[in-house]
Amino acid sequence: MLNGKVHARIGALLSLLFMGLGQIYNRQFVKGLLYALLELYVLVFWSKPFVKAMHGLITLGDTVQQRNARGAIVVQGDHSIILMITGIIFALLFVMFIAVYAINVRDAHKVGAMRDRGEKPRNFAQSVAHAWEQGFAYILLTPAFVFAVFTIMLPLIFGILIAFTNYSGPNHLPPKNLVDWVGFETFTSLVRFRAWSNTFVGVLIWTVIWAVLATFSTYFIGLFYALLLNHRTVRFKKFWRTLLILPWAVPGVISLLIFRNMFNGEFGPINQYLKWIGLQPIPWFSDPFWAKFAIVVVNIWFGFPYWMALMSGVLTNIDRELYEAAEIDGANGYQRFRNITLPLILFSTSPLLIMSFAHNFNNFNMIYLFTSGGPANPAYSYAGSTDILISWIYKLTLEQNKFNMASVVSIFIFIVVAGFSIWNFRKTRAFKEEDMVQ
Amino acid sequence: MHASSRPGDRLTAWVIYAILIVTAIIVIYPIYWIVLGAMNPGSSLFRTSILPTGLTLDHFRELFSETDYLLWYRNTLFVAVMNMILSTVLVVTAAYAFSQFRFPGRKQTLMAMLVLQMFPSFMGMIAIYILLLQLNLLDNLWGLIFVYAGGSIPYGAWLVKGYFDAQPRSLVEAAKIDGASNFTIFRKVMMPLSVPIITFVAVNNFIGPWMDFIFARLVLRSSSKYTLAIGLFNMVTGRSNTDFTKFAAGALLVAIPIALLFLFLQRYIIEGLKAGANKG
Repeated sequence: MLNGKVHARIGALLSLLFMGLGQIYNRQFVKGLLYALLELYVLVFWSKPFVKAMHGLITLGDTVQQRNARGAIVVQGDHSIILMITGIIFALLFVMFIAVYAINVRDAHKVGAMRDRGEKPRNFAQSVAHAWEQGFAYILLTPAFVFAVFTIMLPLIFGILIAFTNYSGPNHLPPKNLVDWVGFETFTSLVRFRAWSNTFVGVLIWTVIWAVLATFSTYFIGLFYALLLNHRTVRFKKFWRTLLILPWAVPGVISLLIFRNMFNGEFGPINQYLKWIGLQPIPWFSDPFWAKFAIVVVNIWFGFPYWMALMSGVLTNIDRELYEAAEIDGANGYQRFRNITLPLILFSTSPLLIMSFAHNFNNFNMIYLFTSGGPANPAYSYAGSTDILISWIYKLTLEQNKFNMASVVSIFIFIVVAGFSIWNFRKTRAFKEEDMVQ
Repeated sequence: MHASSRPGDRLTAWVIYAILIVTAIIVIYPIYWIVLGAMNPGSSLFRTSILPTGLTLDHFRELFSETDYLLWYRNTLFVAVMNMILSTVLVVTAAYAFSQFRFPGRKQTLMAMLVLQMFPSFMGMIAIYILLLQLNLLDNLWGLIFVYAGGSIPYGAWLVKGYFDAQPRSLVEAAKIDGASNFTIFRKVMMPLSVPIITFVAVNNFIGPWMDFIFARLVLRSSSKYTLAIGLFNMVTGRSNTDFTKFAAGALLVAIPIALLFLFLQRYIIEGLKAGANKG
């Protein structure tokens, strides 16, 4: 009858029924008591709030706020968004609780198995020491995990869920109005309504062009300067490198606002100098083409030091012997460059191109602080001629209150950028061999 | 060790130096211009001459007497230091766990961390706003610190983990044979080896708060709690946005320390980026 696994199974079953029972069955009284108290606490104090939160999440509120004739609030009404977020928080907490429950079951099973084998279960002090050693990884991860859940997961889930509601001005802004679930309606209106789809496609195209231009211009100019500085005839290399790294060192927010001032059509120095030379001042911010031109050029100022520094590092790490051997074999300077230097640099920095592309794709500061997305474009809904997807979302969210639409576009960006990155990353050797390092 | 000089080297050198000098001028010009602008009498940055003439230090004085600049500076410094400490602790512990231990769900979580950073951060802003509202952390510097720290985890943990992975396992194993506990290994073996990358993470998280204004503007409401980014931004884009010279002065006082810090620690920063490159 006894097949040797009795304690394990009964322990697990008991712990499944109620936290701590299995532990008590296994004669680990303190541990069992602690688990039981935890479940008791959760059941007594948190059951009702949990149900209420779930109800709020599903219905997003039923009572509309009512004001009387003088504008004073008569019925407070439900705040749909607070309900939604509270619902998400409770859902996350619930998942965490389930995780603890599962640990409790597994623990009872394991200790039961120990008893089946004839070993004596640990007492409480030993349990604590054991947990510290064996569960060290989990203990290390807990603070970061808790932070990540609430500062990353919660906003992410919330952001995605909004896309399925009608949360937007002017008719669906709490607390005056309720917000409802609308399924995929917002997604389809992005595609169906000309105003939205034109804007979306137009902004998307410029975003892609911009990201490509920004990435490659800074990459090759950085490469140019890295090679230049590495030339044997250059003295005081460190001095030049430190000098050229300055754009990177100065906080971007500040430099961008400075450039915004410099390119000002009426008062900016750039146009002053053009006038001195006798040329016409250029309408930097009022002409779409010049605005885009200025953005790409200014971005080079910002972006090339990074690549230059990176590639300089790579260059100095190239083995001298490769060059000497090539020279002995009769290769001239150009051949040495093309067959040794260039491939090595490209090989070690090209994976970063994707990261740089993703970064430029979402480079909010560059666009918003410099041109504010302008000049204004009447054909677009709430976007200017130099707006990229992310600055458009910002305007939709913070200036126009069109939260649901902003969320739909965000999801799109996320899928594109994340898809790209995952695809690129899986291809890299680093990921495949990650587990095999030593 | 230098190769012997060759004919044509002189010419090449001249060309290279010429390019470098022109580039240096282009690179420095905006900075020079803001330095001059900060000391330009009046409120516009418009000058009639490139040379440093007719300068005044009035704007610096105005910064301290007419605005909350010092307060903003102190706020930002506080946020930067706290964020640096908190972020580094969170990132290093998480990275260590992922690097040295194998446990169920590890690979999925790693991938998730990489993917999660791609989501545009302000979609979640409303959620963060309400969360902080419920926790009474709005208009509170700690609320901002928590937001920054949490957000730095994915990228930071990923980077530091790669660095830990590259450390020789033999050291850890030798320590284990000697009977060292997990915690001892963490403290005495891994940490000393990882100074460059930890410095990189710490520096990044110190510099970050000086430059962010989206989250700062969301969380901080009253002028006494503002960070520099908000204060400066308001100076140039608010309704009374004609105070360019005061902005320039304020900008300088921020840019110089950060730039110096950056230049001083550039070795670590580049090392950190190279580590990212190697693993990517």
